[in-house]
This record gives sequence, C-alpha cells and structure tokens, in this order.
Amino acid sequence: MFDRDKLAALRARKRQWEQETLHPTLTKHPERKETFTTTSSEPVERLYTPLDVADLEYERDLGFPGETPYTRGIHATMHRGRLWTMRMFSGFGTAEETNARYKYLLDQGETGLSVAFDMPTLYGYDSDDPQALGEFGKCGVAVSSLADMEVLFDGIPVDRITTSMTINSPAAIIWAMYIVMAEKRGIPMAALGGTIQNDILKEYIAQKEFIFPPEPSMRLVVDTFEFGSRHLPRWNTISISGYHIREAGATAAQEMAFTLADGLEYVRWGVERGLDIDEFAPRLSFFFNSHNDFFEEIAKFRAARRIWAREMRETMGAQDPRSWLLRFHTQTAGCSLTAQQPENNIVRTAWQALAAVLGGTQSLHTNSMDEALALPSEYAVKVALRTQQLIAHESGVTNSVDPLAGSYLVESLTNRLEQEAYDYFAQIQALGGVIPALERGFFQREIAQAAYRYQMEIDRHQRAVVGVNKYVEDTPLHIPLLAIDPQGYERQVARLERLRRERDGEQVRTALEALRQAAQGCDNTMPYILDCVRAYATLGEITNVFRQVFGEYREPVLM
Amino acid sequence: MSDKKIRVLVAKPGLDGHDRGAKVVARALRDAGMEVVYTGIRQTPEMIAEAALQEDVDVIGLSILSGAHTTLFPRIVELLHAQGLDDVLIVAGGIIPDEDIPALNELGIHGIFGPGTSTESIVRFIHERVS
Repeated sequence: MFDRDKLAALRARKRQWEQETLHPTLTKHPERKETFTTTSSEPVERLYTPLDVADLEYERDLGFPGETPYTRGIHATMHRGRLWTMRMFSGFGTAEETNARYKYLLDQGETGLSVAFDMPTLYGYDSDDPQALGEFGKCGVAVSSLADMEVLFDGIPVDRITTSMTINSPAAIIWAMYIVMAEKRGIPMAALGGTIQNDILKEYIAQKEFIFPPEPSMRLVVDTFEFGSRHLPRWNTISISGYHIREAGATAAQEMAFTLADGLEYVRWGVERGLDIDEFAPRLSFFFNSHNDFFEEIAKFRAARRIWAREMRETMGAQDPRSWLLRFHTQTAGCSLTAQQPENNIVRTAWQALAAVLGGTQSLHTNSMDEALALPSEYAVKVALRTQQLIAHESGVTNSVDPLAGSYLVESLTNRLEQEAYDYFAQIQALGGVIPALERGFFQREIAQAAYRYQMEIDRHQRAVVGVNKYVEDTPLHIPLLAIDPQGYERQVARLERLRRERDGEQVRTALEALRQAAQGCDNTMPYILDCVRAYATLGEITNVFRQVFGEYREPVLM
Repeated sequence: MSDKKIRVLVAKPGLDGHDRGAKVVARALRDAGMEVVYTGIRQTPEMIAEAALQEDVDVIGLSILSGAHTTLFPRIVELLHAQGLDDVLIVAGGIIPDEDIPALNELGIHGIFGPGTSTESIVRFIHERVS
C-alpha cells in the first residue's frame, strides 16, 4: 500500500525523530513503565507508523465491507443499515420469573432474547434429580420439559423475535422443546429465528459442561446442522464460542485461534457426513468476548473475519459467499468485573461494548455491574442495556463503517493476531487435530498458563485492577442484589411431578425407545427427539437415553 | 514450624465448570511450597470427603461459583466430621455473597476468598493457621 522509496525515507526520518526528539524526552521524563503490554501480556510499541504495516495491501487484506476478505465488516453498510441486536443473556429461578424478566427487557428496548439455563439443565438433569442438589435456578432458569419452555415464552412473539439459547451438551433437546413450544402455538419451525450455542468443543476446552465423549457429541451437533439447514433456514445451529475460552483465562490470540480451529473442525465433520458445505456453513455463527484492551479486541474481531473468510473459501472450498461470513455475537468480559466498587463495572463494560461495536459485532450482551456478586438485578441489567443504547444512539461511532481501519496500530495488531492464530493452527494440526489436542489437554494447559500469568501480574502489581490492587477502599459498597423466589424449587418439583403423572406414559416410553434405536444407529436423531418432547418426556429422560448409548466423558485432570 | 509440607486438597463441588480460580489457586499454593491435590470438577460432597481422608490433607479448599454452596458446604462439613476429620482447615472461594458468610463461619469455614483476593493472602492465611 505504501511506496517503497517513501518508506525508506520514513525509516530514516523515524531514526532521526528517535535521536532528536524522543531520546531527550526520555532522558528528562522517563516513561511510567519499562514495558507496556496488552491485556494478553503482549508488548505494545510506543508508536506505530506505516513502517509497521508496510506489507499491507488494501484490496487483499482489507477490501470493502460486504466483500472478501470482510476485514471491514460483513455488510456494506454495517451499523448504518441496521444496529446490532441488543441481546441480554438472562435467566434465573423458575420459568415464570425469567419470563417476567424477558418481558421487562423487551419493554426497555431489548431487541433479542438470550436464555441462560441453570446448571442442572446444562447437564441434562431434571430439577429434582439428586445430582442437581442445591443448583436449581442458581445460574439460570430451569427447563426440565416442554411444559417449562411453554411458560418461559408465554406471551412472547417467538415468530417475530429471535432467541439465542446457551445450551451445549443437551442443545438438540432444548432446541426441540423450543420448536415444539412454537408448533403448539401454530408457528411453523421454518418461521423461527435464533441460535443454539451447541458448541461442544469449547466445553471440553474451557467451559466444561460436557456430558458425552467428543465423537458422539459431534454427531449430535451435525444432526442439528443437517436438520436446521433443511427445516429452519433462519436458525443458527451453532454459535462457535471463544467467550468461555477467554473467561477461563485465555489470551485474545488463544481465544480467536482455538475458536476458529473449532469452527473448521465442525465444518469438516459436516462435510464428512456428506452435507454440502454451502448448505450448512451459512448458519454457523460465532461468539466472542470483548475484554479490557480496547485496540487488541477490535483487532481480534477484524482478524477473525479475515481468517474465516479465507479458510472457508480457500481451504474448505465453500462457494457461497454467505459461507465465508463470520457473523458474531459479543459479550463483554465477565472476568474483568470486580466485586469491589461494582459501579466501576459500568465503565469497564461501556468501553468493552464500544470495542465490540467498532469491531463490527452483529449482536451484543453487556454485563451488569453486579455480576461479580450475583445474577443481575433488574436495575443493574437496565443500566447495562442502556449502555448499548447510548453507544448506538449518542456516540456517533455507528455513522461510519469500520472507522479504525487504517490505524497503524489497529492494522498492525490485526496482522499480529492473525499470525498468532496460524501458529496455533499449526500446533493443533501437529497434535492430530482439535479432538486429540483437547483429549491431551493442550488447550486446557495453554489457557491455565495464561490465567496464572494474568493473576500473578495482578498479585505483583504489574497489572492494575482499580478497586482491587489500586485505589482500594476499605468500606465495601453495597448495591441491591437479585433475590430469587425461595419457593421456586418446590413449585418446579410440583410441576414436574404433575407432568409425569398426567402425560401419556405409553407415548413417552415408545418415543424414548425409538430415540434409543436411532441413537444406536445412524439416523438423524432430531425427529426422534422432537417426538419425545411432544410426548412431554423430560430433559433428564431424553438425556439419559444418550447417556446410556454414548456413555459419559471424563476429562484429564490438569492443574 | 516443622519441615513437613502442608498438604492441600483443592476441590470443586457442584456442577459448575468454572475451574479458572481453582487451578490458579492450586498452582499458587504449590508454588508456595505446599503439596496440592486438585480433584477436578463436578465433585460430590462424598467424593470430596473421601479424597480428603485418602490424601490425609491439612487443608481443603473448596471452589464454587454456581451458588450451590449453601447446600453443598454443610453436607461436606458433615461428612468430614463423620470421618473424624475435625482438624482439617477448610477454606472456600468463588462467588459467595456476604450474607452467606456468617452461616459458613458457623460451620467452621473461616477463610472465604471472593473475587479479587490475591493468591498471596490465601497462602498467608493457610500458613498462619497450619503449622
């Protein structure tokens, strides 16, 4: 992009600046620190110039928005055409309580729903399972059957609003419950829009909510790809997630590299099933974290788009441009929030959200100030939603597409992150691919090391965390926290018991047996799961069929 | 202080898989010269009590972020007592609201380390109480 002679002249000019201007300044006023690093502990230079992006070729590396390599965004007009979907991850207690929260958020201007399920649901246990002891409704809403799903979405126009569901091992089952809930209201599945997270690989790597071993889990994922591409054209059958990898302590480069490697692994499995890549790839979506380091995060989103477009087009051979698009949801970094001085979290979340918007996100969750203490209160979640609305309507950053393109710093970081991703791809390949690498704990070890380094930097005061190791206050500040209905568990158990009593037991048994046969063979399991759900088989009953057929996974325990 | 190394069991009760904190603390304790056994995730109270007995530990560190501590911690303490492990120091970390702390103190869990705790202060706490 730059003229060779001019670059040579600039190089000479920079040396001159260093001698004549910089050095006298450093002698008189030394810098605050020896080295400056990003949140990922990567060094950052004092100054970036065209010399740092000398090899950048505009058309090849940046291009135009809505065209390859999509560095500048997946749409020609980006947020001028349509704002991102404001989608607050939310769920607690019973389906009734969460339904009320959804209606509140929609009233406040939220534009999409995002369901947080409780731990038992994430593991495929009914609320009254002994394994679920003490966990009911704590980290999200409990959904043990279609009956709970019906309550959860009661009065919500699921034909007009899109719903994202953070569910992984039992994703196919929960998705089936959503489909049947709509079906019973006369809404055909083809009309439904939304996302199931369904990203099992990152569960083994970071989030740890796996049930079955990797191979049968991947089979279920591909079943949903196949079913979705044929029957729910508006549904994202997966949200390939870096978020949890980052929350577990990964660097920005690890987050992006591991996520894209996972993405390519899903594509390979889909193709091996015999699916046409362009049939399912357009419905693959992504989910990233937006952490503290403003420019590093923006560069990460841009690099991820560029890599995905290139890999899908050149390596995987996808022909449909929609298969090349990296569409993504973003959540601000939960792990950056502090329990101390919780109001500071509003500010952290605001610039993290701004980075996501400048990075071209398609949807966004902003964390609430109280999330290091509890699930968000109504007040805290409203402030978090307003943060997005302020960025959208007052900041002016949505007026122009990819406004930081051409920044020497941002382009240089984008290139660096891209290079780091390819270095990781090579390491993963050398280990035999994603599944062998995770079975050997490669990702887990990389992440744990980064997490430990990060904590040591905080403990040694090399990394400032306001309210924690700097500007510490003795008097804790109390903000009102969410109270969950203490009677909720009893009501949930009563509903489950009534359901088991009143449903057609024979229909349930027949449907579960048909599912078992399908799971043992190679039929797509989705139609069988749907039949189980229609019969009001519970989440636990359906998951148990798979537990029995597939077995349960135990991870290597690594410190 | 004797030469014997302090033995610590770092355990994750409940269903949540958030093991970042448990692993960081386990490693920090090891780097501080303790012998650390990390159980991995999804441990039932029974598994934790059994591991504490088998490993003959001086300290048990419980990490939980799901909110199930109010149910699981009393059960763990009960099982430890049933096995005669009355002298083991129990500490805990994770998302534990202030209002739950008195009840946990009551159970004999005194070191409760929330978000933002430095690993040094955990090491110091254990050294002060086990020697």
